[in-house]
Amino acid sequence: MPVIDPATFEELKQMSGEDFINELIDAFLDDAPNMIQNMESALEARDVESFRRNAHSLKSNANTFGAMELAALAKELEFMGKENNLDVGYRLEVLNEAFGKVAEELKGMRA
Amino acid sequence: MKPAHDPGRLLIVDDNKVNRILLSRGVEHHGHTVETAENGRQALEMLKRGSYDLVLLDIEMPEMNGYQVLEACLQDNELRNIPIIMTSSLDEIDSVVKCVELGAEDYLNKPVNPILLRARVNASLEKKRLRDEQRKLIRTFATKEVADELSKTGFSLGGNFVNASVMFADIRSFTTLTESLPPAEIIEMLNDYYALMFEAITSNGGSVNQMIGDGLMAIFGAPVPYEDHCERAVNAAKEMLELLEAFNQDQAAQDKPQIKIGIGIASGMVIAGFTGTQHRATYTCVGDTVNLAARLEAHTKVVGEPILIESATRTALGDAFQVRSHGPMQLKGKTVEVEVFSVTVGQKA
Repeated sequence: MPVIDPATFEELKQMSGEDFINELIDAFLDDAPNMIQNMESALEARDVESFRRNAHSLKSNANTFGAMELAALAKELEFMGKENNLDVGYRLEVLNEAFGKVAEELKGMRA
Repeated sequence: MKPAHDPGRLLIVDDNKVNRILLSRGVEHHGHTVETAENGRQALEMLKRGSYDLVLLDIEMPEMNGYQVLEACLQDNELRNIPIIMTSSLDEIDSVVKCVELGAEDYLNKPVNPILLRARVNASLEKKRLRDEQRKLIRTFATKEVADELSKTGFSLGGNFVNASVMFADIRSFTTLTESLPPAEIIEMLNDYYALMFEAITSNGGSVNQMIGDGLMAIFGAPVPYEDHCERAVNAAKEMLELLEAFNQDQAAQDKPQIKIGIGIASGMVIAGFTGTQHRATYTCVGDTVNLAARLEAHTKVVGEPILIESATRTALGDAFQVRSHGPMQLKGKTVEVEVFSVTVGQKA
């Protein structure tokens, strides 16, 4: 599975325009680490609601850019939050790693 | 090139920066102006301060989520007129259904499809424009209270029992008056007269629901309920006479004819609601109380007092007004005698 689905990304680029895709990528690369950080804090504080909401946000953005694996991981964590289950094991580390790959890829895709 | 649609002012509410940028660009591209809010609380503050034509509202947000914003808007008399399009992920379909059931205008899935975005935004703006026009039209022909009730509950024929005060007012010897004046002047005088009477009635919370020639009927306590509807009605009657007094002085100064009126007020249970057909209907009230108010108005000629009330209104007034009893009287169309009181004009006890 590609880190970024080319068809989804192409569609996004079409919609936003060349000049604007950079702004969008930057916003995501700015925001996503905060969301992951918030999830970590929420996990520590056992704040299910914040954990779920941040996972939801990350999933939503990952879908926008066609980052399929990241989206799937975030979705699973969102679902666990919804079920009041914070026994996430190593899933957050896996998610962080996946985001690293996505960030690398997106930086290279800036127009 | 002229845009295909009139531009609108949109508020985009999303806690997610990427989504905010994406949605903003999508609608700005079509000539609309956009402001953004990062959470529900901020959105509600902006909505109360500014005027927007449309809101794109995220569901999942910190501080105040989309449901809470939607519900707050629907409960607000002004904000409920702004259409709201919910924006959500595909897997939130249950939440979307809930929002549409609550009263959201439409929904959009994220990541948003630009063609759908444009279509839904333009359709919602167009629908709002039509509704605004309709509301304006209703306000021209109905009172603000009736228009509010209509937009709140929707239109349906039928009514309910309410405790209210009914007022009838009529110009004395209007026929003689009309014979002495050219038609344009009569209409002008009637318009001035109605403007003054409406002012006195609406400023006391009443609503005029019928105008027939030189007479009018007003109701206090429906559709907006008031505990003190009797006092409001009598207050309005006194103000009507005061305003008319000033009007007459003006008329006299211009050597124009003066207007004298009689007012009858009765209080009690009435049936209030929309009567007519699906195509032509009016908010009105019927019942014995209405009949009695009309009879009292007619009786002002007999007694020679400008404001007449009956015992139910009298009792509710307490000592707030000076009244004089005229004893039980036989009113036209009534089988039993009715105790009639006149309200002393020009002073409050």
